[in-house]
Amino acid sequence: MATDQLLLEVKDLKTYFFLDEGTVRAVDGVDMVIRRGQALGVVGESGCGKSVTARSILRIVPRPGRIVQGEITLHRMRESKNGRTVTEAVRLTDLDPMGVEMRSIRGAEIALVPQEPMMSLSPVHTLGNQIIEAIMLHQRVTKAEARERAIHMLDLVGMPRPSRTIDRYPHELSGGMRQRGMIAMALCCHPSLLIADEPTTALDVTTEAQILKLIRGLRQELGMAIMYITHNLGVVAQTTEDVIVMYMGKVVEEADVDSLFHDPKHPYTRALLRSIPRLGQRTRERQRLESIRGSVPDPYALPKGCSFHPRCAQAIRGVCDREEPPYVEVGPAHKVRCVLYR
Amino acid sequence: MLGYVLRRVTIMIPTLLIISIISFVIIQLPPGDYLTSYAAQLRTMGDIVQQEEIDALRQRYGLGQPVYVQYFKWISGIILRGDWGQSMEWQKPVRDLIWERLALTMVLSGVSILVSWFIAIPIGVYSATHQYSIPDYILSIISFVGVGTPGFMLALVIMYVAMTAFGLNVGGLFSQEYLAAPWSWAKVVDMLKHLWIPVLIIALGSTAGSIRTTRANLLDELNKPYVETARAKGLPEGRLVWKYPVRVALNPFFSTVGWSLANLISGETLVSVVLSLQTIGPMMLRALTSQDMYLAGSFLLLLSTMTVLGTLISDILLAWVDPRIRMEA
Ligand SMILES: Nc1ncnc2c1ncn2[C@@H]1O[C@H](COP(=O)(O)OP(=O)(O)OP(=O)(O)O)[C@@H](O)[C@H]1O
Ligand SMILES: [Mg+2]
Repeated sequence: MATDQLLLEVKDLKTYFFLDEGTVRAVDGVDMVIRRGQALGVVGESGCGKSVTARSILRIVPRPGRIVQGEITLHRMRESKNGRTVTEAVRLTDLDPMGVEMRSIRGAEIALVPQEPMMSLSPVHTLGNQIIEAIMLHQRVTKAEARERAIHMLDLVGMPRPSRTIDRYPHELSGGMRQRGMIAMALCCHPSLLIADEPTTALDVTTEAQILKLIRGLRQELGMAIMYITHNLGVVAQTTEDVIVMYMGKVVEEADVDSLFHDPKHPYTRALLRSIPRLGQRTRERQRLESIRGSVPDPYALPKGCSFHPRCAQAIRGVCDREEPPYVEVGPAHKVRCVLYR
Repeated sequence: MLGYVLRRVTIMIPTLLIISIISFVIIQLPPGDYLTSYAAQLRTMGDIVQQEEIDALRQRYGLGQPVYVQYFKWISGIILRGDWGQSMEWQKPVRDLIWERLALTMVLSGVSILVSWFIAIPIGVYSATHQYSIPDYILSIISFVGVGTPGFMLALVIMYVAMTAFGLNVGGLFSQEYLAAPWSWAKVVDMLKHLWIPVLIIALGSTAGSIRTTRANLLDELNKPYVETARAKGLPEGRLVWKYPVRVALNPFFSTVGWSLANLISGETLVSVVLSLQTIGPMMLRALTSQDMYLAGSFLLLLSTMTVLGTLISDILLAWVDPRIRMEA
């Protein structure tokens, strides 16, 4: 599915929030690469900067947050004058976030399925109104055609009776239906990258399974890349082929799903894996689930050295609390930010 | 929707009846009646008051009867014959006194509400979307001062400035020659020429508050996920703000329009007294002080009816703009 063509490159991204209480380094030097059609999972505990990374890519970081450093480059496909498709590199970090060019990318090239489906639709507009708006914003179609496409999209995401549901208000829809609506809205302009920010956290297990299946199917069908944000490693295993693990605004490990699950390197990744129930195990066979000891540090006062060292069982005194750990390659496309592998 | 409106109208009838009783009782509460205050007034002017004359008048207006008899006579007159009783002070049927003033009041209040929204909403939206910017601070200071400034004082200041700086006489709603003239197109034009100053004064009185409300409500809405969804679609910021969060933030305006009507009328009284406008405020104030009870009672009843009707209108408006409420209804 994934090709070798680059789609999105993020280099040394730093997004900070400047609050009265201090500076929150929500994203603190993230690098990642997404290729066309690739599904990349982004995992980590709550507050580690997953959503802020997504917002930075879309250039919708809310005040008082700001991208303070780094580059985000989108390789955009365009029809050239002689009818051939060419790729051009657009540096998103150089664009005016509310300017025409960024707006033509947002929603069209890169789309977002947000974290809270229950709150992410306007309560006073119909579902159709909100989807049709997105279509008409990016495509030259009449209102009737846009409606036609919206209904088609709703049908594609498995919305029951789409030609009627389209005129419903959000409060008349169930959580699963709203989330399908959100996915339809994100897909309606055929983005080359879909950022799904914990799209199933608000849903029950059955609906979650349906939505995951839906996203997998749509990816096959539409050939788009997906950045799948979650704190649930089980979901990553089912949905993506590559994973990055984030901790306190940094990428601490990246690998393909198999290596990450069978040969996790970073103590944090290992702890995360121990804290989830193994897939396919029956309840009584499950080992006692361990939670990671300690808690996420205060975002205003990050620990010196490796920010995980206060919670790390393998921390080396005098090293981990002093030096920034290096990012080392431990296998093909498997990297880890830890002194243990130096 | 229709069933909902019908149900609401049905509930209104007993509500209004109870209100009419309460109004009547309240008017009767101060000691004495119109004739005692009338006699007292004559005496201070040095006239000799014949007790027989007073008694005859008391007989004529039925003031000697028990309160509930008076009430029933009055209310049945209104319901059956549209007869609101006699104004003792003006020596005229109440009916002939109030309608024109009521219409003027409605025009004045209605236009004032619209003008106030027209000024307040854009300013509130600007303030909220530019929170903590210098213009936001300046607008906030002005609107805080505005909230604390009484309307009548503003009226006095504007009158003074208009008089001294522009030589304009801004009192009243009509020029001298149209004051007693019957309604005509020219009179309407004349009224509109005079109307803008009281409209502005009354509107400004509630504008400051409305700016604060808009700003606060919008600030709540601006961080909601649905705004981010709209932004993530690629909508331009201005279009997005007006279509989504403003739309939700303005709901309280629709739900309070009924109350603001009543508030405006009481706020308008002071301004109208200062500007000597022919609206119901000053007349009602006078009727209450002189215990001209049928006139005062009729005003109270009409105002309450307007509030009740206003609330119904707000609810219908709200159901119209907010589909979540439509469902429950
Ligand atoms: N609008 C904001 N104002 C201030 N700080 C913020 C804001 N948004 C995020 N942050 C901070 O940035 C950090 C990262 O937040 P982010 O939302 O990216 O976490 P996350 O990984 O998505 O967590 P979750 O799994 O809970 O969604 C947190 O410490 C958070 O407090
Ligand atoms: Mg998040």
